[in-house]
Amino acid sequence: MATARVAEPSGSLGEAKEWGLDREDLLGIYRNMLTTRGVEERGHILYRQGKIPGSFYTGRGNEAAAVGVATAMGPEDVGTPLHRDMGVHITRGMEPWRIFANYMGRADGPARGRDGNVHMADARLGMISMVSHLPAMLPVAVGCALAFRIREEKRVAVAWFGEGASARGDTHEGMNFAGVRRLPVLFVCDNNQWAYSTPAHLEYAVEHLADRAQAYGFEGVVVDGTDVLAVYREARRAIEKAREGGGPTLIECLTLRMEGHAVHDDAFYVPKELFERWAEQDPIEGYRRWLYENAELSAEEEDEIKVGVKKHLNEALGKAEASPLPDPATLLEGVYATQDDLDTPHHK
Amino acid sequence: MRRDKRVFVIGEDVGVYGGAFKVTLGFQEEFGPWRVLDAPLSETAILGGATGAALMGMRPVAEMQFADFISCGWDQLVTVAAKQRWRAGTPVPITVRLPSGGGFSGGPFHSQNPESSFAHVPGLKCVCPATPADAKGLLVAAIEDPNPVLFFEHKHLYRRIKGEVPDERYTTPIGQARIHRDGDDLSVITWGAMVYTAEEAASRLDDVSIEIVDLRTVLPWDKEAVLASVRKTSKVLVLHEDTRTGGFGAEIAATIAEEAFEDLDAPVKRITAPDSPVPFSPSLEAAFIPQVDDVLAGLRQLAEY
Repeated sequence: MATARVAEPSGSLGEAKEWGLDREDLLGIYRNMLTTRGVEERGHILYRQGKIPGSFYTGRGNEAAAVGVATAMGPEDVGTPLHRDMGVHITRGMEPWRIFANYMGRADGPARGRDGNVHMADARLGMISMVSHLPAMLPVAVGCALAFRIREEKRVAVAWFGEGASARGDTHEGMNFAGVRRLPVLFVCDNNQWAYSTPAHLEYAVEHLADRAQAYGFEGVVVDGTDVLAVYREARRAIEKAREGGGPTLIECLTLRMEGHAVHDDAFYVPKELFERWAEQDPIEGYRRWLYENAELSAEEEDEIKVGVKKHLNEALGKAEASPLPDPATLLEGVYATQDDLDTPHHK
Repeated sequence: MRRDKRVFVIGEDVGVYGGAFKVTLGFQEEFGPWRVLDAPLSETAILGGATGAALMGMRPVAEMQFADFISCGWDQLVTVAAKQRWRAGTPVPITVRLPSGGGFSGGPFHSQNPESSFAHVPGLKCVCPATPADAKGLLVAAIEDPNPVLFFEHKHLYRRIKGEVPDERYTTPIGQARIHRDGDDLSVITWGAMVYTAEEAASRLDDVSIEIVDLRTVLPWDKEAVLASVRKTSKVLVLHEDTRTGGFGAEIAATIAEEAFEDLDAPVKRITAPDSPVPFSPSLEAAFIPQVDDVLAGLRQLAEY
């Protein structure tokens, strides 16, 4: 039995204003979505050029979900974005050249060559670096929220996971604890329908993953994850509710993973028609149309934004390629922290 | 907790009940329900929650009701907390208290000594105090340490061992061994409750002068103190309650072989639990945990070599 609320699609410009977005903000969202996709498209090129060691993962199709939620976060809020959530890093302000450097295992990537892909975060931007055991990050985000609750700070933690990760016990333990203590957490499920080659119906048996929220004592919401303003509106509502002591919310963003699990995977197991159907619902194209219809976006403005993003990313590539590989002599540095290391934005 | 508002306690039954071993009895009355948190039965949520809170500047002290249950929180410790400083530059200063060890017919799931498993994980620290004074000094050091520290409290020591504990605040450095008993003929390297098993065995050997090195912490371990003792006595027995294969004694024996081989007058001897789960019935458990007589026989054998 479905219990989650199904969110309305995004509305008019007036409604966006009601939710705190002026025209500049709206164009900023567009720029962030384009940058997100641009970073990942250039990642593909770097990979084909043999410049990315190991594998390469993207979040194509998830740009609206990631950017929408991150736009709704406050500057002091924190989060644990995963590998389909590049848009979160972009929206929080991570510079693309550092992302490219991370892809290539360079010394100037946030992980300094110690970890690759999207296994990176900038603590100064309130982000916590993910591990491959994806749902393991949920209890960590819940712990951040616990710290906020103990100190009575009005801050919120956002925990991302996918429908595949929803099958793990960490997800249950994290949500249950957050529900019991009414902690200020937003759980965001990027339900992109495929966990590697396993379809959603082999991961969970409820109608919507967000239906599970009721079992943990909080609200579940299903939203079209390709509709950036609808995602933003729901995330903002949930974040402000959590900030005011209203406890957690689970938002399920429905999308389709538009590429394989990683670059080696051609996703032959996903029906072609599904790709075709969701391609018509592309989050960036959909938002572009919305901007034309509702926010008087002009062709000149669009062009200016696109050219700006392209220039920015090309410069970023050059800067990243100039970054050196890490010095092997540094391998053992920082296995153990010193007291000085506690002087981070998180630990302040 | 009185000195530092960042310190809080989280675990199962640690609040109203004061913990399964009453270590935190009365804490909740003094510090309230948000600094002494009764957690759901969720080791992953406890350790993940502690990790997240530590990343946000808190100094959590998490309790596993029994050290055995830490298996349920392996990912949070090993996958997230232990690697976060090295990978991402963000330290995770948490202390995890672990009532460990057997001798009470606790059976396979309430008696284990899992320190060797975690001593294999770069980024963690493993502390195993044997005396009341060390328990205090090392616990304060663990809480102040900027890394995840596993603090093994051998259950057999809770009520059996009494000792002077200074009233004032002090820390005992993590990574420094202690000479529990000074001697010249033979070294016993051990930690936790086995310190007392070694002591009793040593006291029964009048004609051999035995030195007992209490390691106090197994990660990092005080290699120099061990090698100094070995160089002095030339014979060494490594003793632990954990099982044999891949136990931390193997690391100690290998290091002695590498770095002090020329100083040895006998092969390094190990006395450990055998490679089986911890049994329940007293007769089986006595066969599992190294007993005073086992140690005595080992010491005699080494002395006569």
